[in-house]
Amino acid sequence: MKKGALLKRLLQIVIVLIGISFLTFLLTYISPGDPVTAMYSASGVTPSEELMEQTREALGLNKPFIVQYFNWVWNCLHGDFGTSYAYNKPVLTLMMARLWPTLKLALCSLVLMLIISIPLGILSATHQGGPIDYFVRGFTFLGVSMPNFWVGLLLMLVFCVKLGWLPVVSSGQGLDKLILPSVTLAIAMASKYTRQVRTAFLEELNQDYVVGARCRGIKESTILWKHVLPNSILPLVTMLGLSLGSLLGGTSVVEVIFSYPGLGNMAVTAISSMDYNLVQGYVLWIALIYMVINLVVDISYGFLDPRMREKG
Amino acid sequence: MAKLKAFVKKNPSFTVFCLLALDIILIAILAPVIATHDPYEAVLADAVQAPSAEHWFGTDKMGRDLFSRVIYGARTSLSAALILVAIIVVVGTTLGIIAGYFGGIVDAVIMRFSDMMISFPGMVLAIAVAGILGANMRNAIIAIAIVSWTKYARLSRSLVLKIRNRDYIAAAQLTGSKTTYILWKYMLPNALPTILITGATDIGSMMLEIAGLSFLGFGAQSPTAEWGLMLNEGRAYMTAAPWLMIFPGLAIFITVVVFNLLGDSLRDVLDPRS
Repeated sequence: MKKGALLKRLLQIVIVLIGISFLTFLLTYISPGDPVTAMYSASGVTPSEELMEQTREALGLNKPFIVQYFNWVWNCLHGDFGTSYAYNKPVLTLMMARLWPTLKLALCSLVLMLIISIPLGILSATHQGGPIDYFVRGFTFLGVSMPNFWVGLLLMLVFCVKLGWLPVVSSGQGLDKLILPSVTLAIAMASKYTRQVRTAFLEELNQDYVVGARCRGIKESTILWKHVLPNSILPLVTMLGLSLGSLLGGTSVVEVIFSYPGLGNMAVTAISSMDYNLVQGYVLWIALIYMVINLVVDISYGFLDPRMREKG
Repeated sequence: MAKLKAFVKKNPSFTVFCLLALDIILIAILAPVIATHDPYEAVLADAVQAPSAEHWFGTDKMGRDLFSRVIYGARTSLSAALILVAIIVVVGTTLGIIAGYFGGIVDAVIMRFSDMMISFPGMVLAIAVAGILGANMRNAIIAIAIVSWTKYARLSRSLVLKIRNRDYIAAAQLTGSKTTYILWKYMLPNALPTILITGATDIGSMMLEIAGLSFLGFGAQSPTAEWGLMLNEGRAYMTAAPWLMIFPGLAIFITVVVFNLLGDSLRDVLDPRS
């Protein structure tokens, strides 16, 4: 990636972040709930009207919308995302504590997904039209049609309740707490990704150079691993970056089902309890993480494919 | 009739999936006839009963008949998904055609907005929007629509750009055709087949997203018979009454499978290239 292109991308990220921050701020601003009331009801106090007014004044909630917005952005840029009403702690501290569990879950399910979908996709592509191909495609079709919360509940029913292999509610941060959530997320993602691996491979397999290599009598396995695989990596990495988006969004449902102490679970609770500072922080952070990952993916093109380096 | 027969013979899989989808729509319409009980009538004495001859899918914690609730759930889930797809198709296509045809600042504004939406995990924003606007089905639909219309805007814009500079469009402009006429008569029909295919394949995934929001408590509210919500309500009784989560989930799964298959086969019918 050339310098100019990189700068353009960074600028784009900044613009999107401004847009997203404005949108989330606007939403919380026009939302029906009153944060001050929510704040006091969370702490169990019934405040007088005077006290409520004072609190609004102290929090800057009676200033014009645009002033409030710029204040908030200014504070965010200085690492201050406000205080969570429900937890009475800084949003940043809360987010940091939840970030690692969610990233761990995302990485685990990503690795699981790759282990499942790359071999299946390749098998399906090399046996195009055969029984293996039909089986794999049928499997992926069912996978994308199943709601992930249902898959999670079924896994829980089978492995925790019926078989008793895993605890229904496990304490701590052990591996046993990671297994079912990751499998749940991996099943849905693997179904989509297997199809993409298959398509990418089929596209390469139909190229002239593959026919040429076959004509020269090169072994099929050599063609596959030495030529086709490296060439189809590029679209696959792009897809991987994009599927992280649905992963970050999908974790909240799965985290809720398994009471997993991650960002998504916290966000759902925060929305229900009208803890808007926390919601805003969450949305901004996810946006930032997602866009940085996709930027890294774009930069990696240059390393993965020498042709991209020349084009820039 | 002969034409229909030929069509059926030529597209057997499309016909089958069409009939299956019609079945599900019929179930939704005829819910009062098919349901064996009132889906909202709580009989506390019958709470959490296993499936039996009287209650085919068992009963929930309020003693409501699960089979009837699943059947009525088809109404909620199906109508919500169809309304949602209709909204995003109409809004997205209109904005996309306008952006592609007029270009310039209109195009820039619409497309930058859509860039913003695309470079962001949609479900995260949908959860936030639905939660903040207030948890009900209408807001859930609005929330998902806000993050989903961009796909159609991009698609129709690119289709419009393909024919934007053709001679016959220039001819129409020169002969003084009204802009709305050109958009309606030339641009829309050109984009429509691709848009419709995409719309049909989206019904299934939109249904999943709505059910997901309802499951989290940001969509349909109790006591509505909605599959996602029913799954969430049944979750607490997993050990004692697993049927409460098996049947609503199965209903979502089957419906999504049928509509996904329908979408795929519609693509084969309308787009012979692939």
